[in-house]
Amino acid sequence: MLRHIPALTLFFLIGPVLAGLMGVLLPAFGLLPSLGGTSLTLDYFHNVLSTPGVLRSSVLSLTVGLVTTAVSLAIVMLLIACWHGTKFFKSLQNLLSPLLSVPHAAAAFGLAFLIAPSGWLMRLVSPWATGVTRPPDWLIVNDPFALSMMAGLIAKEVPFLLLVSLAALPQSDLRRKTVLAATLGYGPVSGFFKTSFPLIYRQIRLPVLAVLAYATSVVDVAIILGPSTPAPLSVRLLQWMNDPEITERFRASAGAMMQLGVTALALLVWFMGEQLVRKGGLRAINRGHRRFADQALRRIIAVLAVLSSAMVLLGIIVLGIWSIAGFWRFPDALPVSFTLANWSRQAMGLETPLQNTLTIGLAATAIAIVLTLACLEQEARSGKTATSRALVLLYLPLIVPQVSFLFGLNILVLQLGGKANVMLVIFSHVIFVLPYVYLSLADPWRAWDTRYAAVAHGMGHGANRVFWSVRLPMLLTPVLTAAAVGFAVSIGQYLATLLIGSGRFPTITTEAVALASGGDRRVIGVYALIQAMLPFIGFAAALSLPALLYRNRRAMHANG
Amino acid sequence: MSEPNDGLTLKDVCILLDDRPLVHVSAHVAPGDVLTIMGASGSGKSTFLAYVGGFLDRAFSGMGEVYLNGVAIHDQPAENRRVGILFQDALLFPHMSVGQNLLFAIPPEIKDKSERRHLAEAALKEVGLEGLFDRDPATLSGGQAARVALIRVLLSAPKALLLDEPFSKLDADRRLSIRRIVFDLAKARNLPVLLVTHDAEDAKAAGGRVIEPLETAPAPKP
Amino acid sequence: MIQILTRALLAGFLMMGAAKAENAPDPTNWPGLLEQAKGQTVYWHAWGGEPRINDYIAWAGREIENRYGVELVHVKVNDTGSVVSQVLAEKTAGTLDGGSVDLIWINGENFAAMKREGLLLDTAWANKLPNFQYVDVSGKPTVVNDFTVPTDGLEAPWGMAQLVFFNDTAIDSEMPTSMAGLLQWAQANPGRFSYPQPPDYVGTTFLKQALYELVTDPTVLQQPVEQADFEAVTAPLMAYLDKLHPHMWRSGRAFPQNTASLRQLLADGELEIGFAFNPAAASNAIANNELPDTVRTFVLERGTIGNTHFVAIPFNANAKAGAMVLADFLMSPEAQLRKQDPTVWGDPTVLDVTALPAAERDAFDGLELGIATLGPSELGIVLPEPHPSWMVALEKVWLARYGV
Repeated sequence: MLRHIPALTLFFLIGPVLAGLMGVLLPAFGLLPSLGGTSLTLDYFHNVLSTPGVLRSSVLSLTVGLVTTAVSLAIVMLLIACWHGTKFFKSLQNLLSPLLSVPHAAAAFGLAFLIAPSGWLMRLVSPWATGVTRPPDWLIVNDPFALSMMAGLIAKEVPFLLLVSLAALPQSDLRRKTVLAATLGYGPVSGFFKTSFPLIYRQIRLPVLAVLAYATSVVDVAIILGPSTPAPLSVRLLQWMNDPEITERFRASAGAMMQLGVTALALLVWFMGEQLVRKGGLRAINRGHRRFADQALRRIIAVLAVLSSAMVLLGIIVLGIWSIAGFWRFPDALPVSFTLANWSRQAMGLETPLQNTLTIGLAATAIAIVLTLACLEQEARSGKTATSRALVLLYLPLIVPQVSFLFGLNILVLQLGGKANVMLVIFSHVIFVLPYVYLSLADPWRAWDTRYAAVAHGMGHGANRVFWSVRLPMLLTPVLTAAAVGFAVSIGQYLATLLIGSGRFPTITTEAVALASGGDRRVIGVYALIQAMLPFIGFAAALSLPALLYRNRRAMHANG
Repeated sequence: MSEPNDGLTLKDVCILLDDRPLVHVSAHVAPGDVLTIMGASGSGKSTFLAYVGGFLDRAFSGMGEVYLNGVAIHDQPAENRRVGILFQDALLFPHMSVGQNLLFAIPPEIKDKSERRHLAEAALKEVGLEGLFDRDPATLSGGQAARVALIRVLLSAPKALLLDEPFSKLDADRRLSIRRIVFDLAKARNLPVLLVTHDAEDAKAAGGRVIEPLETAPAPKP
Repeated sequence: MIQILTRALLAGFLMMGAAKAENAPDPTNWPGLLEQAKGQTVYWHAWGGEPRINDYIAWAGREIENRYGVELVHVKVNDTGSVVSQVLAEKTAGTLDGGSVDLIWINGENFAAMKREGLLLDTAWANKLPNFQYVDVSGKPTVVNDFTVPTDGLEAPWGMAQLVFFNDTAIDSEMPTSMAGLLQWAQANPGRFSYPQPPDYVGTTFLKQALYELVTDPTVLQQPVEQADFEAVTAPLMAYLDKLHPHMWRSGRAFPQNTASLRQLLADGELEIGFAFNPAAASNAIANNELPDTVRTFVLERGTIGNTHFVAIPFNANAKAGAMVLADFLMSPEAQLRKQDPTVWGDPTVLDVTALPAAERDAFDGLELGIATLGPSELGIVLPEPHPSWMVALEKVWLARYGV
């Protein structure tokens, strides 16, 4: 049984993605018999390409993806290079970790209200410092170069990449290398990039690629912060998907293929960049320069990191204020009155979405944890570590844009006669939850000292007993942390919940998106807070449960 | 009292890394005897113990026959070999109390709960750790932890004992006393013991035969 | 959790049972239909962006549950187009009954598309519902002509809408009353006017509103766009927009997403003129603390576009009888009265109030209008919606000229 789990897991992940892609690939070439599409044609690709501004949209998606990823990675790496091991780093880490649980859309809403000309920052300094009593007509949010969109994405990706990098640090022996480099006269930045960076990057490469793919195809953040004349490709694609003009389905399918192409191109450009950096890096290593503006860089990077986390944090705070705001107009720094009416009004409708969110999230997480543990245990017993090729497959659902395959998957599910039911929704969540769970759990699981197993085997205990009584309990914290990550991912799923569930399983997120279309910041604030709170509770539970269970076992809570 | 077959017999046990032989040993260890394998770190002696114990890393391959009291064990899974092992770290399971660590080791054939508990308490007493049953292993001193690790492996009723540099992390004072206890108790239980170490003092204290089985120059550890 | 699972299972069984038991329900046999509907669960896909509308729908659900034993589940959507997509996906996949959508809140191009593609229950049911007798067919012709497309009884009228403008009279009391006036106003107040970005529905309505005033012969708009010289007809509109955009908010390089963000920008003081497709929008926003109580509504002197919004049943709906019971209840004088109450929603009725029984007529007459809502006589001329093909064509040309 255990032997077949890895194959089964890959099938669970890749099967739906490939099937979904087929579901849009055929219509993209004009094949969709039920709509009269019976002959192969390239018309719809022409149609997409001749849509006004579609090239500009594609270039936008590509640029946003590449810039977001490069800047986020640079910030994280420089942060580690300059500040790792300091008190500042520790407190920044504590500040950033909870930001992971803030959903992208909520962070984007918060940021939009923060930086708009009528936003909170402007209100805080008006009119006493700026002299304005009416907001100036500045194009900040939705700017045509997508700067605010990239800022929003970077602020959200920095905590993610930082946490994955921190998980990779123990294997890369950072401190000893830095000390060694320092004794050779290298400053921390050059020392880091010439000794540790290549190793860390190899470990976090897949998450970085996932960020790249996500940023080229993101929808919600693009709608809230991105340009609209024209919008990035993913947003326009969604418009075509939802167009009542039924033949638009064909164009949407061709567009989905184009989105896939844009993401693939972004990956290709990135790979080329990797090669350049590798070659340039080797040359730099050989030249042996020891200093690289370390002091100035240190300060700049600290400011950037604090700024990016402060943006998200302040955005959430201001949404919290909106959720209890009475009338609040420019340029007042705070509402003239406060009310809990928004909360009590929403509370009545929360029961079902909350139940669904918990059921789907817990079930999907449980399945993902069981499959991940089974894969890792099978790996440990057979001694075969998953090759990097198999791992890439695991990342497929994160790298193929959701908008490209979920619509096709929806049709497939319907064709198989599947009525919308909660199991299908749960499995569609597993597709996205599992890669993240695997990503968070694999390293700590593999880092476990196998001599404990040798000791237990020597006592006559078999593999199962060792798994249940020794390895699993010892790794309870990473397992629960991975579960919390998975739960957070499940909570954030919008398209999968909506499409595969035919809208029958409203969750906090689907409700939040529906209500957000009404544009009332008070309602958005209520839902954003709930959306952020649920994963936060998950993370808190993941940390406090082992602490409670093992309150008398000191070695079990050192460093979590 | 002992028959010629009793004890641990190694026939042409050979450890290979990438087809390169690291260690080659043929020997017999009678019950109550200690065989010491000497070598610098990286010489493959820990790997050799792993082969005997049945938990060899896949990067290595081993061959040769291992008999315990006349029964071939080299093709058995680790849990069926009844070969106990002590490493340089105590490796007490951090999520269990000291007592739970010991109970975990006592064979399941002893079913009676109070008897199991009694055995564990008696073992603690034997090494001077009375009353530590409910302690968190993380709060023990290095010497205490080493003693708990020793009685834990002995409570599991092994038929042979493997020692992988078990004293190297202890300070000089403790090393003497722990070494004494280990060898005394192993002898008292009439166990054949394989010790690998790079410390000549250890070898001397063990009192048994010492071999340096290197066939080739030390290879780097993977 | 177990509770949900069992409920989901039960619902599944019910669905299967119902799908087999039910053929096309017959609204002329109302008692029989009520019997059929009992115990059904109606999944009503309706835009969920407005809490007060959601509350009203929840109220309707409680009422039909108590009265007829029909359960209502409001599936909150953010874009009706996605519901059309969903029904289409089901048709594509061959789900010919037991579909996931029982009722859709719909009108205009979404209705036109579903009707054309055969995605709607293809019997005339809406005009056979008992409460249809009170609908004001002669006084409000749009209740049977949705954007000029005859409804043919495929959708039941639910509410009336008319484009109204509003502004904060504390800032500026002189508001334009025509498109030409609006241009002048924008030139005098740069950066303070905008409209939602087409293809947003209200944004496109603004384009149609402007077209009405700028076109020489408005009757061409009632015909499909193919029958007119689109370029010639819209040339004045394009010229107008070319002049207007440089003076708009963000110089026309960014637009509000929808009427809600338009309202939000008004509240933030970024814009000075808001508009919406609901005469009570301003009063609602004031009651919600979103806008100051000095905001007032105004209309244009040559009239503003008005239309009707409906509910329709997809061809493969699972609970057709239940959906009809709900549609009928929504048309009832009682539900219509509550809907028009500005403290509840403020959405105008589709009924002919003068033809109602005296008690109900008095109740309607007794409704307080909201503080910023114009009375029926002040709303001025209602312009009929152009044919839906104009909307599609306008969206396309707008995208090419201004959207990229």
